[in-house]
Amino acid sequence: MTTQALAGSRGAAWLRTGGRAWQIVTGHRAILIGGALVLAVALVALGADFIAPYDPLRNDFRARLQPPGAAHWFGTDHFGRDILSRVIFGGRLSLEIGLMVVVMTGIFGTLIGGLAGYFRALDNPIMRLMDALMAFPAILLAITVSATLGASMTNVIIALSVATTPHTARIVRASVLVVREMQYVEAARALGASDLRILVRHVLANSLAPLIVRLTFVFATAILAEAVLSYIGVGPPPPAPSFGNIIANGRDFMVEAPWVTIFPGLAIVACVLGLNLLGDGLRDALDPRIKVGP
Amino acid sequence: MSGTSAVLEVEGLTTALRNQAQDTILEDVSFTLGAGEVLGIVGESGSGKSMLALTIMGLLPSSIRRTSGAIRLLGTNLAQSTSEAWRERRGRDMAMIFQEPMTSLNPVMRVGTQIEEVLRRRRRLSNAESHRKAIELLERVEIPSPARRLLAYPHELSGGMRQRVMIAIALAADPKLLIADEPTTALDVTIQAQILDLLRSLQRDTGMALMLITHDLGVIAEIADRVMVLYAGRVAETASVATLFDAPAHPYSQALLASIPNLASQRDRLATIDGAVPTVGAMPVGCRFAPRCVDRRDACVVSSPQLRPLSPQHGVACVKWFASVPAAPVAQGSAR
Repeated sequence: MTTQALAGSRGAAWLRTGGRAWQIVTGHRAILIGGALVLAVALVALGADFIAPYDPLRNDFRARLQPPGAAHWFGTDHFGRDILSRVIFGGRLSLEIGLMVVVMTGIFGTLIGGLAGYFRALDNPIMRLMDALMAFPAILLAITVSATLGASMTNVIIALSVATTPHTARIVRASVLVVREMQYVEAARALGASDLRILVRHVLANSLAPLIVRLTFVFATAILAEAVLSYIGVGPPPPAPSFGNIIANGRDFMVEAPWVTIFPGLAIVACVLGLNLLGDGLRDALDPRIKVGP
Repeated sequence: MSGTSAVLEVEGLTTALRNQAQDTILEDVSFTLGAGEVLGIVGESGSGKSMLALTIMGLLPSSIRRTSGAIRLLGTNLAQSTSEAWRERRGRDMAMIFQEPMTSLNPVMRVGTQIEEVLRRRRRLSNAESHRKAIELLERVEIPSPARRLLAYPHELSGGMRQRVMIAIALAADPKLLIADEPTTALDVTIQAQILDLLRSLQRDTGMALMLITHDLGVIAEIADRVMVLYAGRVAETASVATLFDAPAHPYSQALLASIPNLASQRDRLATIDGAVPTVGAMPVGCRFAPRCVDRRDACVVSSPQLRPLSPQHGVACVKWFASVPAAPVAQGSAR
């Protein structure tokens, strides 16, 4: 009886939290639109096997460079491959790369920024190294890493993670510096909590908002950067389609067959716009000082 | 260990800025606190009250350093133990509650999680046990419908409620010493009284020693057994509450008591103490209160007075009581 009542109240508490989250989502139009776009792209990428009308790798030389039509909604490329299918599967690869970059950047950015912000002795050595990395233009750094390690999906992920981690670490460090001075951190210390526990449970847990916002932008940047790397030939190797690969393939036929480049380009726009809107919205929603009306 | 019933013995405690050892923040602070005793620490802002608490807890900011002195908790000198050993005592043998209940709880964790975490960590309780014990703790600090409150986030609770939760967390591991740093300053008056009553009754029930830091003499009168008056990092006077209120000996204590508004008197201007507490780095050479003292003598400007007993229970650091007596260091027992 009591456990049931307890479970009920725990459920009610969850509902309350969920309700508030839903209010934030519906209250900020940017989150709603951005979130819907991102969700749509993600669902298409996830269900690529069921949605795509053709095999994205299958050549059909009788249907080379077909303009968009009933058989091929987005047209075909110079191998007769269906652009719609390639964009759908390309979305999967691009999102996969973006997500992996977000995960890697999230892990290393949090680790590096957290250590630098919390242990003051580490701050200078770590952050000066990050500054040095930041001094390179991110895309140049990614090209260098990718060109050195060779063109593969893993290397693209590594390259982009290296390029986006310093900025993320700096953001995490900045909020750690604020949070570590909070009274609840001192209270936790007064209860004998260890440094590790304080750092993870109290400091980092309260530094997440700016990190989440930053990571949505990292996601968008990664998708764009992957396209750039693929375009100049240091991205994930063909024939596997990614947004950048498809555009790179269509480069030589841009005048005769613009659909080969336009549709993956639009797909990139949809992804990046969705992620940026989502990030902007989250920033407004999570920052109590900026109150933007619904 | 040493056979005394003292929970906390502080002896000759001196702290200073890390790179300027001559700029002392606390100077030669000594006192003993027995089990079941409530010691009030009074002083203005900047008198070193909070610094004393942080020093005892081992939580000094990195810019401040303990230069000398012993801090014996249940017989163990913490000043000589490793910071790891000190940390082990925190939350277990000693706990602290802070001034700002609004910011003392982690905003992203449920209240219950924060209490249960301490129970699991410090008393090695299982999840189910710690949940049960957390409900019990909230009952002890008189929070209604505790099982539901455990699921609340701090922002869903009022200030008084949060301070109760803080007290529950502090009591989670049955500490022998509780340091309360201005626990009621941020609360409104009716809540203040409730929290003080609660602290007092919990202290009686558990028999723990309570060190209560405040600038509010009313709070001291209500709950303390003994008082230590700090001024600019030095002990000005130490006495039982009754003695301090009836016959304050140090000019600073006298001035503090005189500045309490009296409802019976007709005065329309409140009594004040001219000047301000000297800041670290600009301390007077002699008695630190001398520049503001109405009883100032020539000797006060030159040499600083020792804390000496007026009676066994009453120590004062002022030359005016000992003008003819040759200087002798204060006996240990005087602070008790």
